[in-house]
Amino acid sequence: MLENYLPILLFIIVGLGVGVVLLAAGFILGPRKPSEEKLSPYECGFEAFEDSRMRFDVRYYLVAILFIIFDLEIAFLFPWAIVLDEIGLFGFASMGVFLAILLIGFLYEWKKGALEWE
Amino acid sequence: MAELTEFIWIMAKIVAILVPLILAVAYLTYAERRVIGAIQARNGPNRVGPMGLFQPFADVFKLLFKEVVIPSNANRFLFLIAPMLSLMPALAAWAVMPFSDGLVLSDINAGLLYILAMTSLGVYGVIIAGWASNSKYAMLGAMRSAAQIVSYEIAMGFALVGVLMAAGSMNLSGIVNAQAGPIWNWFWLPLLPLFVVYWISGVAETNRAPFDVAEGESEIVAGFHVEYSGTAFALFFLAEYANMILIAALAVIMFMGGWYSPFHGLPVLGPMFDWVPGIVWFVLKMTIFLYLYLAFRATFPRYRYDQIMRLGWKVLIPVTVVWLVVLALMILAGLGPWFN
Repeated sequence: MLENYLPILLFIIVGLGVGVVLLAAGFILGPRKPSEEKLSPYECGFEAFEDSRMRFDVRYYLVAILFIIFDLEIAFLFPWAIVLDEIGLFGFASMGVFLAILLIGFLYEWKKGALEWE
Repeated sequence: MAELTEFIWIMAKIVAILVPLILAVAYLTYAERRVIGAIQARNGPNRVGPMGLFQPFADVFKLLFKEVVIPSNANRFLFLIAPMLSLMPALAAWAVMPFSDGLVLSDINAGLLYILAMTSLGVYGVIIAGWASNSKYAMLGAMRSAAQIVSYEIAMGFALVGVLMAAGSMNLSGIVNAQAGPIWNWFWLPLLPLFVVYWISGVAETNRAPFDVAEGESEIVAGFHVEYSGTAFALFFLAEYANMILIAALAVIMFMGGWYSPFHGLPVLGPMFDWVPGIVWFVLKMTIFLYLYLAFRATFPRYRYDQIMRLGWKVLIPVTVVWLVVLALMILAGLGPWFN
């Protein structure tokens, strides 16, 4: 069973390796003529006038929180979905309760306007 | 000694997957320009080699000989690690892809889980690139892109749960085998709403038009990779196109019967096409989805960001949740959409 994962590990390493090799090739083959203007951050033709790591909209944060909850939900659903025909009505009912609680939270978010972007 | 030959054998298989994949990426960029050119009644690249067929190689060499600019106030380490982080999962996800019956590098039981894990990792490359560049456009693009990828991943995850329910297996070959039969046996028909949701969120996941606000050439120049040049940019480019091919391949496996011919099991037509190897069908079906990607880009106007978020959260997620409940009830009532 576990030896099936060896090719995957190797594949991940090779995948990283492709990135490292290409990047290194770029550094070796490409020219290197830095200048102050070239190394400044891109901004439409004028000097950057404030820190670019600015404050961002709180809704991005809300989306991230919602994502964590829903993604966990999906992780729960995966094993449940596979054995559904074996666990029958009881399995369906318990997941129904779980989904219902999640959906109440989702509806609350919706009504509160957390999903509005305008 | 046995370990060494085993190791070399695995490496050979990895190369045998990666080289065609990277070639496919190269020719997908070529196809994109030719197809969009044709749709817009112009030629597209046709100067390098016959019909411009060597254009991708010319592009690669051009990118290789360009300077890799690292902006002075960027975080150097993160700036360089980000493109690798976005390329690695886009390539590594192919380790479990069944190209044909038994033609798979690693046939693990948790195949789908592994693919989802890998595609989720891609968002780190985007957000780290945006942060490390220390540029406003990069930051804005990364925020938008991350929120969008994350939102559509939920819809996509729910759609895939539906596939799992219908197939009863997380093994990708198992999912394909559950669809054995002619074209109306494949999951796209019984799971049509989930198939549509999957494909829309697949396009949004890869930040492609019409959901490409994250790159939005006309508003935030190129989003999270404005500051990247040369091969560092090439890595992001490679990752984006490898991800497109991955989403297309997954669509084929989940909903389009993988390597099965559309006439499989039919009385006369079935045996007529038996000589065609499975991988040919697999690639043909994939090509259709890739063409859709290109056609979307040529024909659809870009969505606004609030429209994207509304579609993801208020349309796709409720649709999939309702359909999952319907599907679960169908399974319990014994009138499932599966055919064996």
